[in-house]
Amino acid sequence: MSNIIEILPELNIAFFQTLLMVGIALLVAVLLGLPLGIILFITDRGLFLENKWVKSVVGILINLIRSIPFIILLVFLLPFTNLLLGTTIGPLAASVSLSVAAIPFYARIVESSAREIDKGVIEAAVAVGASPWMIIKHIILPEAKPGLITGLTITAISLIGYSAMAGTIGGGGIGDLAIRYGYYRYDNTVMFTTVILLIVLVQFVQYSGDFIAKAVNKR
Amino acid sequence: MIELRNLTKEFKSKKDRIVGVDNVSLTIQTGEIFGIVGYSGAGKSTLLRCMNILERPTSGVVRVDGVDLLQLSSKELRKTRQSIGMIFQGFYLVSSKTVYDNVAFALKAAGVENSIIRERVEELLNLVGLRDRINQYPSQLSGGQKQRVSIARALANNPKVLLCDEATSALDPNTTKSILALLKKINKELGLTIVIITHEMEVVKEICHRCAVMQDGRVVEQGSTFDIFSSPSDPLTKRFIETVLSFELPAKLLESIQGKLVRLQFRGDMAAEAVVSDMLQSFSVKGNILHGKVEYIQDVPLGIFIMEVNGDELEVDQALDYLRGRVSKVEVMDNE
Ligand SMILES: Nc1ncnc2c1ncn2[C@@H]1O[C@H](COP(=O)(O)OP(=O)(O)O)[C@@H](O)[C@H]1O
Ligand SMILES: [Mg+2]
Repeated sequence: MSNIIEILPELNIAFFQTLLMVGIALLVAVLLGLPLGIILFITDRGLFLENKWVKSVVGILINLIRSIPFIILLVFLLPFTNLLLGTTIGPLAASVSLSVAAIPFYARIVESSAREIDKGVIEAAVAVGASPWMIIKHIILPEAKPGLITGLTITAISLIGYSAMAGTIGGGGIGDLAIRYGYYRYDNTVMFTTVILLIVLVQFVQYSGDFIAKAVNKR
Repeated sequence: MIELRNLTKEFKSKKDRIVGVDNVSLTIQTGEIFGIVGYSGAGKSTLLRCMNILERPTSGVVRVDGVDLLQLSSKELRKTRQSIGMIFQGFYLVSSKTVYDNVAFALKAAGVENSIIRERVEELLNLVGLRDRINQYPSQLSGGQKQRVSIARALANNPKVLLCDEATSALDPNTTKSILALLKKINKELGLTIVIITHEMEVVKEICHRCAVMQDGRVVEQGSTFDIFSSPSDPLTKRFIETVLSFELPAKLLESIQGKLVRLQFRGDMAAEAVVSDMLQSFSVKGNILHGKVEYIQDVPLGIFIMEVNGDELEVDQALDYLRGRVSKVEVMDNE
């Protein structure tokens, strides 16, 4: 018990480091993964911006990143992180590789939730003479919203898992703490505490995600 | 006016080539309600979708009000589509938007100023009789109500043409009637040209001024609805007409018939009973009316009698000749 209280400040910091790197990666996923997913969708056959070339270039790029195991991506991106931030240590540095992993991950989820939309609904919008941008903003995004939110939840939970790996190479966060105390010092109490903390965090993310997705679903 | 000239649409896949529409030429006049009938797979939807280039024809010309749609840039095409409304069998409303937002979307898409959108949406919902549903979501509406919302959306930008792809096929007969009545009213009040695709001859009978029958991507017959109903020439057209105008006589009755079974067709405003009784008096034959019915095709009555005529063969033939000179059509049917 005493060692928990001892590491409480450190646990606190680690928790917020995890939130920080996952948060940044999620933000990047929304900023870049969402548009890429939409591009994948609208350039598909039979859709209003059908374009074989764009579709395959973006698709191949995304598959390329997705086929690299995260732990290898992490190491592979170290020079890039260094170039970008001047360091490879700390939660900010870890968020770079997390973001790179999150973009294609979320893009595919966005694409598949957009595919769930009845093609007829999009066609009806084309038939009233709406521009591509209007259709994306007023039809695709609102119609796919529950799926987009569920997808963000899945991405967040995967990122929490990835963040533990990122922690091991100096990223900080809860994973880093668990490895340092649990693996290197055999301190089971701290390890259990971190595991419980991760479980609570994941449950919380899942619950809120489901709740929001349900609230925005008008179907 | 919608003009289609030698319109062909092929769907190519790696393996084969499907001809959806095969060299169709058709002229639809301003202000008319034009029906296109045919079985599933005949190419009706593909033809209709070529009228606003949802489907780009492989070859041919599509002109709406003199504008060649295939020559337009994508921006001009979008602008033109605002004057061609379209409704579908599946309604295709945006489920995450209220009735108001569904209709407002069409106005926003056309760049209508925000300040007048509210008023225009209310006006449109009044027209389709759904003003009180303005804040509901599509999932809270019945099929007929959804179709009304989609009609409001299609009419938002004052189109000159309304394309209807099986717009009533998902609705029950009463709702179908009310939607058809609404389309009729819009046609009359707004002078809108309406093109209706359907596999139900009832729909054509009810509201189409003229119609075309399609099979295997081709138009096999076209003409005024009354002409098509009263004298169909293509076998397919005949089959379609039968769905509305046929009678099944009980087998027992058919067995007991000794004379000739005759089908008389006449414009219903003519005194058919008088003609028949004149015939019975002038010739020594016995007659017996088994069935009679008057259908209104576009408000013009079309009457059909089925009767048995008995007697000496020569006399019966003369009696039928007499009828041929007085009613629109006389057919001797087999009594099988
Ligand atoms: N996008 C498409 N790709 C391939 N074939 C199609 C496509 N759309 C329609 N077809 C084919 O074209 C023919 C006509 O279809 P359609 O116009 O939908 O008929 P209808 O509306 O009369 O039922 C059918 O054989 C159909 O399979
Ligand atoms: Mg069809």
